[in-house]
Amino acid sequence: MRRFRIRKDEGCISCLRCARECSFGAIEAGEDRTLVFHHEKCTDCQRCVSCCPAGAIFITEDGNRFRHGSVFTDDDIREILLQAETGGVLLSSMGASGKDIPIYFDRLLLNASQVTNPSIDPLREPMETAVFLGRRPEGIQRDSEGRIVDNLPPHLELRTPIMFSAMSYGAISLNVHKALAAAAEELGTYWNTGEGGLHESLYPFKGSTIVQVASGRFGVHETYLNTAAAIEIKIGQGAKPGIGGHLTGKKIIGDVSKTRMVPEGLDAISPAPHHDIYSIEDLAQLVMSIKEATHHEKPVIVKVAAVHNIAPIASGIARSGADIISIDGYRGGTGAAPKRIRDNVGIPIELAIASVDQRLREERIRDRVSVIASGGIRNSADAVKAIALGADAVSIGTAALCALGCHVCASCHTGRCAWGLATQDPQLTGRLDPEKGAARLINLVNAWTREIKEIMGGMGINSIEALRGNRMALRGAGLNEKELEILGIGYAGE
Amino acid sequence: MKEIDIRKDGLEAVRKQSGGDVAVTGCLGERYIGCGMKDGILRIKGTPGNALASYLDGGTVLVDGNVQDAAADTMNDGLLAVRGSAGDALAYGMRGGRVYVLGDAGYRAGVHMKAYGDRKGILVIGGRSGSFLGEYLAGGTIIVLGLGYEGRDITGYFCGNGMYAGTIYLRTGKAPLNLSDKLIRRAVGEDEEEQVIRPIVEDFASVFSIPAASCLEGGFIAIEADSSKSYSQLYAAV
Ligand code: SF4
Ligand code: SF4
Repeated sequence: MRRFRIRKDEGCISCLRCARECSFGAIEAGEDRTLVFHHEKCTDCQRCVSCCPAGAIFITEDGNRFRHGSVFTDDDIREILLQAETGGVLLSSMGASGKDIPIYFDRLLLNASQVTNPSIDPLREPMETAVFLGRRPEGIQRDSEGRIVDNLPPHLELRTPIMFSAMSYGAISLNVHKALAAAAEELGTYWNTGEGGLHESLYPFKGSTIVQVASGRFGVHETYLNTAAAIEIKIGQGAKPGIGGHLTGKKIIGDVSKTRMVPEGLDAISPAPHHDIYSIEDLAQLVMSIKEATHHEKPVIVKVAAVHNIAPIASGIARSGADIISIDGYRGGTGAAPKRIRDNVGIPIELAIASVDQRLREERIRDRVSVIASGGIRNSADAVKAIALGADAVSIGTAALCALGCHVCASCHTGRCAWGLATQDPQLTGRLDPEKGAARLINLVNAWTREIKEIMGGMGINSIEALRGNRMALRGAGLNEKELEILGIGYAGE
Repeated sequence: MKEIDIRKDGLEAVRKQSGGDVAVTGCLGERYIGCGMKDGILRIKGTPGNALASYLDGGTVLVDGNVQDAAADTMNDGLLAVRGSAGDALAYGMRGGRVYVLGDAGYRAGVHMKAYGDRKGILVIGGRSGSFLGEYLAGGTIIVLGLGYEGRDITGYFCGNGMYAGTIYLRTGKAPLNLSDKLIRRAVGEDEEEQVIRPIVEDFASVFSIPAASCLEGGFIAIEADSSKSYSQLYAAV
């Protein structure tokens, strides 16, 4: 399927660097230091472009196009051709590309203070970005002497409302895990192992680590559960709601095998359903058994994909004893997903957060749980809007990978990531220096945190706590009445 | 031997016990007993509740009566021995150690059991099991003896569906009900019976002080994944 064209201009110095950098075999060194381009193999990952010392190479859309004017687009026809040839289910990665599904963040506008309610200058005045995730105590308790009893249930303390999303070792490289762990520790936030276990070299980052328990229970044992600040039960993920995980035996080699505790070469299948969960009561039991195994010292997170009826689902989870609900929206990324599922299943995170927050408030159980929003958070403004819609914090996956080089070429499923992120090939994983990677992640999150402070200051709000669910700070543009109703906001100008 | 009355002392008292030989008396549905335990012996009197010995990481849990659902969930090591029967989802995702049930097991026993390195989950059911036994089996050994059910079906429907490693041994000549065409059923030869099944069954019998010979009477069949038929979806990468 040729979609891109590799071109070079007269600036080329024939250093052949691009041929060495391309991991997809799209650029080859021919005879006499010439370059041979295999356009059909190019994924538009931009590695060659970023590495070319002369700025001489560039990638464009393929100039050829199929006949327009039909309801069948170029991609529709290309995909039919591919499936007619292979009989295969289309496999892709990263987030949904449903172009006609609105990105609601882009239709939300934030407020700012003017005359009567002055804005706050974050450079001179304290601005609180710390967030506590977990259940709030039901009330104030005092002992017989009248002293306040510490009845705070276990919780997570974040210095910034931005966390890193679950990405498993196996889907991404150990160097990425190292960078995420080190950055999370430095930033006072959390990273998440995903369902592939926790590499032993990362045990020291225990205090900043969230470990995941999925249906396959790979790499899950008592020590794993206790080498974490919180445990997340993965029910679903936004990129592929209703679909499980399947890491093929080819990728279960070396340390990936050791960390997942799966013999080398054997598939690791995590089916979509947990076969021990058929009801909220069953979920409650898993939540409680994890709490038992971790001595009731750690909060338990339940992660679900944003789907229809997400509000009652969240209400059920809130009643299951979980401390935190993580909701992953339609645009959430993944290392591999059937394309039809990725692009057609689930709902945008903005709508999900708004309806969940509303429902939990109506049922007066909003304080029983914290809510993490993820799935397509691209910048600090998205984060602020998600919090104003009702989230306690957001988590970023794709954006974090972008900080490490990813150009969202959606080729993670090939295992050939030229940026050395979504691959286990030692030639490629070496391209990411975990220390430099951590520094970049720290920069990114610090920059966003500064922007969040600035935006909040402009609104006259001085803490994330006061921003949470503050829909008065939001107005919509280009939205219909139903959308405004679900988002719980007024129209711009109101 | 120390004694804990769970109805009086609560789960907290059990949790504090690590190591040592402890009798937990008066059980009437209390959940999570022995959850995450690493060593020692718990002797359970009465009927414990769900999720008994989940995440068990060592030590021994002995139960006189029956156990309910989700016993030995994600167990990593140790021994759970139940003289009565077990409820649903027994030994879910178990990676190591031994689970012995003298009576019957409910639905979904041994789903997602696995093996890794020197760890290998072993599940022996003395009576019969319900449907979905050993689904998604990724390693380890399941043995169903069918004691008292001779000549009858000793597993339910969908035995071993989706399994891709490990072995299910059944002491019967009868094929399991609606066995998937992605699985193979084979007779177990004498060598395999002697080397693989006998040591496990003898251990099982000695735990419950019953004669091993009757547990080995008649032949066994084995259910395994047909390696020529994979579960991988046929994909076309875009
Ligand atoms: S696949 Fe990436 S490195 Fe290779 S030619 Fe295309 S953009 Fe360049
Ligand atoms: S992680 Fe790598 S393969 Fe995946 S989208 Fe980013 S650059 Fe492409």
